[in-house]
Amino acid sequence: MLERLGLMPTQASTVSGDVDALYLSLVGLSLVFSLGIAAALAYFAIAYRRRSEAHEAEQIHGSLALELVWSIIPFTIAMGIFIWGASLFVTLKRPPDNALEIFAVGKQWMWKLQHLEGRREINALHIPVGRPVKVTLTSEDVIHSFFVPAFRVKQDAVPGRYSTVWFEATKTGSFHLFCAEYCGTEHSGMIGTVTVMEPDDYQDWLSAEMAGGMAGTAQGDDPLSVAAAGGELFRGLGCHTCHRQTAGALGPSLTELFGSQVSLRGGRTVLADEAYLRESIVDPRAKLVDGYQPVMPTFQGQVSEEGLMQLVAYIKSLAAEQDS
Amino acid sequence: MTAHAPTADAHAHAEHHDLGFVRTYLFSTDHKMIGRQFLFMSLFMMIIGGGLALMIRWQLAWPETQIPLTRWIPEPMMYDGFMPPEFYNAAVTMHATIMVFFVVMPLLVGCFGNFLIPLMIGAGDMAFPLLNMLSFWVSVPAGIMMVGSFWVEGGAAAAGWTGYAPLSTVPEYTGVGMGQNLWALSLIVLGASSLMGAVNYITTIINMRAPGMTWFRMPLVVWSLFITAILLLLALPVLTAGLGLMLFDRMAGTSFFLPAGGGEPLLWQHIFWFFGHPEVYIMILPAMGIASEIMPVFARKPIFGYHAMVFSIISIAFLSWIVWGHHMFQSGMNFTLGTSFMITTMVIAVPSAIKTFNWLGTLWGGNIHFKVPMLWALGFISTFVVGGLSGIYMANTPIDIFIHDTYFIVAHIHYVLFGGSIFAMFGAVTFWFPKMFGRMMNPTMGQIHFWGTFIFYNIGFFPMHIIGVGGHMRRIYNPTQYEFLEPMQWWNVFITRGVLIMGAFQLVFAINLFYSLYFGKKADRNPWQSNTLEWECPSPPGHGNFETPVTVHRGPYEYSSPEVEEDFLPQTRDLSGATGGSH
Ligand code: HEC
Ligand SMILES: [Cu+2]
Ligand SMILES: [Cu+2]
Repeated sequence: MLERLGLMPTQASTVSGDVDALYLSLVGLSLVFSLGIAAALAYFAIAYRRRSEAHEAEQIHGSLALELVWSIIPFTIAMGIFIWGASLFVTLKRPPDNALEIFAVGKQWMWKLQHLEGRREINALHIPVGRPVKVTLTSEDVIHSFFVPAFRVKQDAVPGRYSTVWFEATKTGSFHLFCAEYCGTEHSGMIGTVTVMEPDDYQDWLSAEMAGGMAGTAQGDDPLSVAAAGGELFRGLGCHTCHRQTAGALGPSLTELFGSQVSLRGGRTVLADEAYLRESIVDPRAKLVDGYQPVMPTFQGQVSEEGLMQLVAYIKSLAAEQDS
Repeated sequence: MTAHAPTADAHAHAEHHDLGFVRTYLFSTDHKMIGRQFLFMSLFMMIIGGGLALMIRWQLAWPETQIPLTRWIPEPMMYDGFMPPEFYNAAVTMHATIMVFFVVMPLLVGCFGNFLIPLMIGAGDMAFPLLNMLSFWVSVPAGIMMVGSFWVEGGAAAAGWTGYAPLSTVPEYTGVGMGQNLWALSLIVLGASSLMGAVNYITTIINMRAPGMTWFRMPLVVWSLFITAILLLLALPVLTAGLGLMLFDRMAGTSFFLPAGGGEPLLWQHIFWFFGHPEVYIMILPAMGIASEIMPVFARKPIFGYHAMVFSIISIAFLSWIVWGHHMFQSGMNFTLGTSFMITTMVIAVPSAIKTFNWLGTLWGGNIHFKVPMLWALGFISTFVVGGLSGIYMANTPIDIFIHDTYFIVAHIHYVLFGGSIFAMFGAVTFWFPKMFGRMMNPTMGQIHFWGTFIFYNIGFFPMHIIGVGGHMRRIYNPTQYEFLEPMQWWNVFITRGVLIMGAFQLVFAINLFYSLYFGKKADRNPWQSNTLEWECPSPPGHGNFETPVTVHRGPYEYSSPEVEEDFLPQTRDLSGATGGSH
């Protein structure tokens, strides 16, 4: 019944309750204001309608006190809403550290998703319940937007950039995954599903062989983890010829790179995050590492966005190995 | 200053014979004729934009069925009345582009800006009449290019009216070639037209006010058009630059917006919305001005808080430059930037609230006549309140993340631009029609048109908020493709029925317009007993506007003043001498 009325979709993530609470307070506030204004309008329209030719309107030019009242009250309310909204925004923006990582690439007109362990899906995403999930998004062509109404999250996938969105499902079941940003002719058909499973089921699903074949995972299953696939690419593309740990290597060692501060030519430093790694591969000259020659060729166009994500995951895994 | 107004041209029609048909009706340099030209051009474009809207609504309610009255549209646009996704996307893009750039802007700014500014400040014409004529005639090829693009190979632009790169910059992504180029070119040309208008308005208002017309005696609609012209002057070049880069990317192989060549797709969004948010106020400030003009006349009461009104117009204009990021909250904006844009956007709601309360204050203690223009002004306020309040949801990042790109946004923009700008435009047409054409519009048809539009407008558009929050996305070709939207489909049917009926009521307006043009009751100079200067001239005013130079003695809203017997006190009336009154 409620669904037919089109009220908010089911709440299925840790933030959806908070978002809805803020939303409903705004609805309450709007009702107070709009009904108040409507009532005043109706009252004035009736009380001060023209009754006779002789009647004259009152001489009221304004009132400073009233102007102040109706400036300060809306301003205070606006600031209150701002503080509430901003504090919720912090939560939405900051993925927890222990989040499960998923890589997603938008493409006209599908979502291609990849689990860290290597399992790939198209227009379908399987995740465990009760565990934060962080999706790193990019696009191969135009802008798409990753939208799961039940989780109250939406994030654009912009070509040439990484953006992230995180959520923690609170319910098992299947939920809708859409592309919210208009992306061309078949935009309307870019539809997917998020399946939330019990953690054990998720583990089984992850390790399941593709023998039976699952709907939505048309691509042959890749037995390699994302990082391992990245390692294959790293060797296949000849990255290792320059990025060696031996003396006299043309390129810097990448083993401790991720998460460190890199000093660049010209004295600046930059945090080596995913976006930096991606940029170093597709546009090496954009930020040159101090002490090295600009000899690295660009790999723009030679590696797909998914391949880039794998390379990035590989380089990240090197740093993680160092840590442990 | 008004020495310009030649007294010899007293007779409205004398000049017409002198100049001949071409100089009078086509290449006229008279601001009133240019205003009328903009009026008819935009009403014509409104038929196209509205037709597209009805087709879109039909497709959403009854997807992939034959749309009535469209079988004449040739392939590959429509297939015997069936709409393919390519045309749906083009229709969505073109409906918005036409309505924003060829209907609302030319109506409020082109038509009423032109017609009202010289008349209301007591000038004989615009400062640069020739430039003014050029401004209209440059907008004509722009319109032809825009509408003509439907017929070129690949069809009309289909990247959305926001033209997000790289969808809009790489032909393969939409399959649209020439159409998108024409879209950009047309908007560049139209931008030139608006710039010419803006320069003219600013110069005219600064330099050509009649003696005694101080800044704070100016009618609020003139204030709002003045501020709008400044916004136009500063915002349009930004859009033009962006469109230029888009054309370079498309035609010269550059990659300003293409990551593969080192470009940045988000740069387009920054450029577009840096123009786009002031643009929103370009379309609403004149509407607010119009409402502020109509309300005191029919409440027979001074406007409440004139100075507060002026200052809120100015602060809205100022703030409109620093809120554009609220359109990009989910493009990957970081926390600091996100909250900065959130706070500025929350603040901009305040001056709009101030204006609303001042309008209410204007009614308080009035002697209200519910004539057709007043109904539109009150309708404007009611819908504007809804549109303003729904803006708060979008300013609020966590909520915006959820409702962005849903029908909630569609509802918001239509409450602001249809319930806001277009309602005000209907108010303005019915209010100034006697001055523009010398005849009264038929009030019965006016009432029918108002009530039909107002009621079915709300029936059609209000539910869009509801389905938007339900998760219904905008710009989707076929909602029945979504299992998720299945329970809500009846809303789509409901909305479409409402909008179709509202569309039918527009015929009443069209009939009233043409009927009254020829058979309306002859209007005298001041049929509404209004104070402002335009009502001192004959209806319609002749060349040069004022028969004798006017001097202004007071503000524009002295209604029911105890100083005089009547309940209005024209700005020109001199009460100091023994003989008062200018006529
Ligand atoms: C011709 C030798 C060469 C090849 C091949 C090469 N690189 Fe590099 N790479 C360099 C050099 C030199 C630098 C340092 C200068 C710079 O920043 O461009 C570098 C820098 C980098 C950096 C930034 C390192 C830092 O410390 O900030 C990354 C990441 C990187 N390369 C990844 C790759 C990947 C992945 C490949 C294979 C797809 C690859 N490189 C192939 C020479 C090479
Ligand atoms: Cu899409
Ligand atoms: Cu905006």
